[in-house]
Amino acid sequence: MEGLDILIHLFRDYTLRNVLLGALILGGISGVLGALALLRRQSLLGDTISHAALPGIALAFLFSGSKSSLILLTGAALSGWLATLFMLQVVRSSRIKDDTALGLVLSVFFGFGLVLLTFIQKRPDAAQAGLDKFLFGQAATLMAEDVRIMAILSGLVFAVVLLLWKEFKVFLFDTGFAESLGFPTRRLDVLLLSMLVITIVIGLQTVGVVLMSAMVVAPAAAARQWTHRLERMVLLSGAFGMIAGVVGSLASSVVPRLPTGPTIVVVATILVLFSLLFAPARGILWNWFMQKRNQKEIHVQIALLTLLELAEHHHDFRHQHSLQVIQAALPRNTHLKRTLQELRERGWVDEPRKGYLSLTPAGVEAARKFRQSREGKA
Amino acid sequence: MNILQLEIQLVAVVVAIACALPGTFLVLRKMAMMSDAISHSILFGIVVAFFYTHDLSSPLLVLAATATGLLTALFVELLYKSRRVGEDAAIGLVFPFLFSIGVILISRYAGNIHLDTDAVLLGEIAFTPFERLTIGGLDWGPKALYVMGGILLLNILFIGALYKELKLATFDPALAAALGFSPAWIHYLLMGLVSLTAVGAFDAVGSILVVALMIGPPAAAYLLTDRLSHMLLLSAGIGVLGSIGGYWLAHVLNASIAGSMATIIGIVFVLVYLLAPERGVLALYRRRQQQRLETAVTMLLVHIRSHQHRTEAEDECHIDHLYSHLKWDPQYTRRIIQHCQKEGWLYLKDDLLYLTEKGKAHIQQVAE
Repeated sequence: MEGLDILIHLFRDYTLRNVLLGALILGGISGVLGALALLRRQSLLGDTISHAALPGIALAFLFSGSKSSLILLTGAALSGWLATLFMLQVVRSSRIKDDTALGLVLSVFFGFGLVLLTFIQKRPDAAQAGLDKFLFGQAATLMAEDVRIMAILSGLVFAVVLLLWKEFKVFLFDTGFAESLGFPTRRLDVLLLSMLVITIVIGLQTVGVVLMSAMVVAPAAAARQWTHRLERMVLLSGAFGMIAGVVGSLASSVVPRLPTGPTIVVVATILVLFSLLFAPARGILWNWFMQKRNQKEIHVQIALLTLLELAEHHHDFRHQHSLQVIQAALPRNTHLKRTLQELRERGWVDEPRKGYLSLTPAGVEAARKFRQSREGKA
Repeated sequence: MNILQLEIQLVAVVVAIACALPGTFLVLRKMAMMSDAISHSILFGIVVAFFYTHDLSSPLLVLAATATGLLTALFVELLYKSRRVGEDAAIGLVFPFLFSIGVILISRYAGNIHLDTDAVLLGEIAFTPFERLTIGGLDWGPKALYVMGGILLLNILFIGALYKELKLATFDPALAAALGFSPAWIHYLLMGLVSLTAVGAFDAVGSILVVALMIGPPAAAYLLTDRLSHMLLLSAGIGVLGSIGGYWLAHVLNASIAGSMATIIGIVFVLVYLLAPERGVLALYRRRQQQRLETAVTMLLVHIRSHQHRTEAEDECHIDHLYSHLKWDPQYTRRIIQHCQKEGWLYLKDDLLYLTEKGKAHIQQVAE
């Protein structure tokens, strides 16, 4: 089958269309909110919220007896929200640090959720498949109705981000300044957290409790490498999230027995790795390459200036210097051979006799320019 | 209580203590979330080793999983040290990735072998007594007891042998480095220990509740003491309380044992958080009230001292409009005055307030 045919076929398939749309929405909104959370240094909050959603899901099922996504997700959001507020309160009012509070709330809420799950499993109407999917996510069970809910919720969250863009921007970069401007920072903080809770709840059904945390970290961490501007970072992060969602769910539908959630996470992580290595200005390999280039340029300049000084010493710009003399005059670690080769390629140096080098008129001119600019700087 | 119940509780107690000891250092070193990261990513090591040995009880699994834990710590540090992502984001990137690969490997290649993610994530301590250690035809008890007992012993030996070093590297890493022992070594030894403990414990309680056992008891203990040795003992004690309490809660409710253990630990933490003698929310509230009262009393007494027996006393010390001079609420002012009268610091004459001798002595003492 041709690639296009596969795509058309995929989009005609009801399940697959839901999965793709769901992953797209989920990736986009978790990318956007994740970028804000990353700058607030709350990347791991997503982990805690998603685990803490479990008792809410279980309680919602126990009380309502319904497996409707909307009811279960409301329960999930409520308990995720309570867990977050409790965690923040503990950090504010005691000597317990963020990391400890996060780990504690995460595991205790999850444990309590397990206790509730065992109750559910004992009930005769325990179609636990409906709840199990929240642990690891079962993208294949997404219904058109679920996708609609996801779309509405993430639309709302995105609208709030747009509406309060200026406020969030100031708040994220300088909380103290935001406070001095009279912004209600406490309320902004809670609002941001609440939106993060909604985002995570949106993703639970697709990628599950354990992996949802990665979806708010990875796209944001990747986007951070490419830009210093918040607008671009948020949009890029959303785009990375969407790419991860779509590529991951496509791959898992084409390759047999490739689970959707983990595949999406792996794609997102690959995006991070790529960005860490190759992003302009921040990428590790990019920096390494630039450093090498600068180093080479500096070596060339040093060699050229040394040759000029030697020539001036002899009152003859075309003086032929033997290689040994040049080597002795140059500082060590200047990669002599490579540097002289580069000088020759630029036409600044020629070799009138074997083993002897001399500056060309162009070389003299270039050397003088370097010297001037150096003296100008000094 | 039958022998089976006793054995389950014994395993639970040993697991809880083994987790609480390294957990104490994680909490103090602000690395609590590393336990979450490691306990998830060891899945990868277990799966890879399992494909190699095809034996779930092979010691190679433990080795590979511990190595994966160390690898997690190393990746997190490399990412963080590259200064391109924050420490929390580094953790949040590494473990979901390794965990995902583990899950993918399982569902791709181990479809019909007994190794499912539920078991790793959730564990089941009630099954531990069914795997027995038999030597020479004799039944020596549940195997998990010996495995976890060994890990517990290792933890105790490690902490005992390196107590001074751990303490210094935890509270003053710069001094530790200056004195010549590398905090990096201590860090990776500790991470190795956390990994090993998590591997041993996930069988019983699952990888998520390992976090509850590692972080919960030390977090509560941290609010109760300032001494490292006390904190270690208290953590272990709270862990034991959580494991036995959790077992019986699960028994009564007929629910998940590991989940109940985490729930009890959560309840213990909330109680400590509210009621701890010095750092509890209640104690802090009381102390703040006490300080506010003392400040108000001092203000009132100083006010009276500087105005009594003077011409303006008619106005400044009058019980009915005193509050307007102090800019207090009238009712609050009356309460403070009553308090001072009860203590015998003030007396009332013709609606004017005066300091008693005792009051003078008191304000003298406070002012100094």
